[in-house]
Amino acid sequence: MSTIHSAAQPTTPIGKTADYLDQRTKVGVLTKQLVRKVFPDHWSFMLGEIALWSFVVLILSGFFLTMFFEPSMALTHYHGEGPASMQGQLMSVAFASTVDMSFEVRGGLLMRQIHHWSALVFMAGIVVHMMRVFFTGAFRKPRELNYLVGVTMMILGLGAGFTGYSLPDDVLSGNGLRITDGVVKSIPIIGSYMSYFIFGGEFPGEHIIPRLFTLHILVIPALLLALIGLHLFLMVLNKHTQYPGGGRTDRNVVGYPAVPAFATKMGGNFFIVFGVLALMGGTMAINNVWNYGPFDPSPVSAGAQPDWYMLFLEGSLRLMPGQGTEWVIGGYTLSLNVLIPAVVVPGLLFTFLFVYPFLEAKVTGDHREHHVLDRPRNVPVRTGLGVAFLAAFVILALAGSNDLIATHFALSINTITWVFRVLIFVGPVFAFWITKRICLGLQRKDRELVLHGHETGRIVRFANGEYIEVHRPLDEHDRWLRVNYEAHKPLEIAPAMDARGVRRKGYMVDRQWQRVSRFFFEDRVEPVTPAELAAAHAHGGHDELEAERGTPELVSGSGNVEREH
Amino acid sequence: MKALAARRHHRAAPVVLLLLALLVTGGVYAVLAPSPATADTASTADIETGKKLFQANCATCHGPNAEGTSQAPSLVGVGAAAVDFQVSTGRMPMQMNGPQAQQKPRQMDEEQTAALAAYVASLGPGPAIPTDEQVDPALGDSSNGALLFRTNCAMCHNAVGAGGALSEGKWAPALWDVSERNIYQAMVTGPQSMPVFNDANITPEEKRDIIAFLVEQREGSAGGMALGALGPVSEGLWAWVVGIGLIIGAAVWIGAKSS
Repeated sequence: MSTIHSAAQPTTPIGKTADYLDQRTKVGVLTKQLVRKVFPDHWSFMLGEIALWSFVVLILSGFFLTMFFEPSMALTHYHGEGPASMQGQLMSVAFASTVDMSFEVRGGLLMRQIHHWSALVFMAGIVVHMMRVFFTGAFRKPRELNYLVGVTMMILGLGAGFTGYSLPDDVLSGNGLRITDGVVKSIPIIGSYMSYFIFGGEFPGEHIIPRLFTLHILVIPALLLALIGLHLFLMVLNKHTQYPGGGRTDRNVVGYPAVPAFATKMGGNFFIVFGVLALMGGTMAINNVWNYGPFDPSPVSAGAQPDWYMLFLEGSLRLMPGQGTEWVIGGYTLSLNVLIPAVVVPGLLFTFLFVYPFLEAKVTGDHREHHVLDRPRNVPVRTGLGVAFLAAFVILALAGSNDLIATHFALSINTITWVFRVLIFVGPVFAFWITKRICLGLQRKDRELVLHGHETGRIVRFANGEYIEVHRPLDEHDRWLRVNYEAHKPLEIAPAMDARGVRRKGYMVDRQWQRVSRFFFEDRVEPVTPAELAAAHAHGGHDELEAERGTPELVSGSGNVEREH
Repeated sequence: MKALAARRHHRAAPVVLLLLALLVTGGVYAVLAPSPATADTASTADIETGKKLFQANCATCHGPNAEGTSQAPSLVGVGAAAVDFQVSTGRMPMQMNGPQAQQKPRQMDEEQTAALAAYVASLGPGPAIPTDEQVDPALGDSSNGALLFRTNCAMCHNAVGAGGALSEGKWAPALWDVSERNIYQAMVTGPQSMPVFNDANITPEEKRDIIAFLVEQREGSAGGMALGALGPVSEGLWAWVVGIGLIIGAAVWIGAKSS
């Protein structure tokens, strides 16, 4: 007995509860580990939290909405507290319950608007988080799997948005469903069967709203929750990446412990996200379905567009020329005018996102683990490809808004469409090229800074009449940031013939990969080596002398760089 | 009956029948057709003033007798409503050539507009300027108006009349600030690219319902700022600017203490 009671006994109620739990579950061990877990700190590491916390708000507000929404396509005549323009109209119960929850349920409209704004910000949060991950190379080994989980969640997010957008059964969401129906039907051979399968008959049928409801409130959120759990678990397991800087390597994590620093920031961020979303829901009207009216397959209003994250699909459809792209082969219609923009284009975009980490691993031939992030400029082709992808996405989204651009900037919608038809091919290439050049330029500037330091603007004349400008060398932190990266070289492959002149199997494949690798790494700026730095300093000896006198603290401890004075 | 049956194959029977059918059709049309009233209150003096104004301001394009030229259509039979719509919104006299006539501060005052309308109405019968009762939103049924607007107007003017784009730089204007009288006139005269919705197509009462619906939309949204009532594109833009903007701003602020 005495041995058990040798440790200090908890006295407070909280302490006793914790002790009770710990004796039964050993929860203390896990908690201790998590509390002491070190997280690197940077504002851009909070971008993923935007998506996470928006999702929490989505769940909370969505729970409220399910209490009042009736996913039924039965018809009813509306009589209620809603706008005068809705009274007596024939509509589905789904639409009527949406109007009712907005006008008769206390706080219902606020909840609906918070929910919808959260959905928009959720997807935007995912996009900015993905941009951070992509441009800093956080998807590299060992985080490829977590990256795939992330991309999958992004696509699930699109699905959640689409199914939710369609639930109120208003004209606008019905238009969206009609486009979906058309897209499904454009798939060769199985298209029409798929459409009947999805809608339970000819569009719109009587089943689609209940089906979308189940997907929206059960299947997709459950999958998202599970994947969020996996995403966070893998994040803890792999450890968080860190930005390059003094003392940060692939073997350590520099940051603050989870409690109190990191948890405080995370919690604070939750309240800010919730606050901003509530502010938007309370002051800015969104998707007032009674504006569009209950669904009826015939009307389409001007400015009929999907939510922003689906706008690229709308744009893709709007750009596709309709003439000559619908073929009838042996009595069967092949609608390339829908198939290409609505199936092939998103297919290409998503495939790029899914395969990129593996493509990059292949062309670098790099199998090491990476925990220190890349500065985007140090991998010019990756950064260029990412910007090209974003350019394509933005051009398509703008093309999907071509009517609003036309009215707001007094332009011809026909001209805008033609400009975007050209831009969608030229824009991403140009974006890639210019981004790559900027990255290479920045790398050269870094080299220049490391070798020669900052210009101080101080001109000194020596006794012999020589003028020089004094350059102030970088301090060691700044220098570390600029030299501590790796400029990958194109893959080197074994020769086509072996020593005995026999053709090597797999040479042709290797050569193709080498070509791709050359595209990635042919243009590169090597980091400054210690030898180069030493040579530069020897060359600019006078500068050093002056600078040393001006800022003596810079001389101390310059690591592997020998100074000679 | 027998006599009629016997003469049914008479040589003149088809001609007689045809004449009868024409008479009936004409008679029924005369009774049922909407009678386009001309501005009957206009005095001869008004018409004279209008003619002078017309010749000074409009004849260059529309021809000295409003018979039309290669640049502009004939105004014979367009009615007082068309003149009142075009001139009171400043679209005519036209400021400049373009995809369509633009609105501008009106150039003719009330009296001049009325005189011009009287002159053009005197050239041939056409739709008259509606009475105040015909365009009173309080007398209309906005629910029926919503249905009609959705089916007939929303594809160009947006679901709540926020306006939209047409082909080749033309546009359907926003209806927030358009007077009830002008809305009615636009429906009966079909200015610019707009089709004519005559009284057989949409009855005068239904036109008033549409006006009631549009006026109701001016009260704004129950949900807060309407953001132009332009739909998901403007909502997405604000989600990025306000939502992501504020949150990232806060993230930078929270993260600022780290390094």
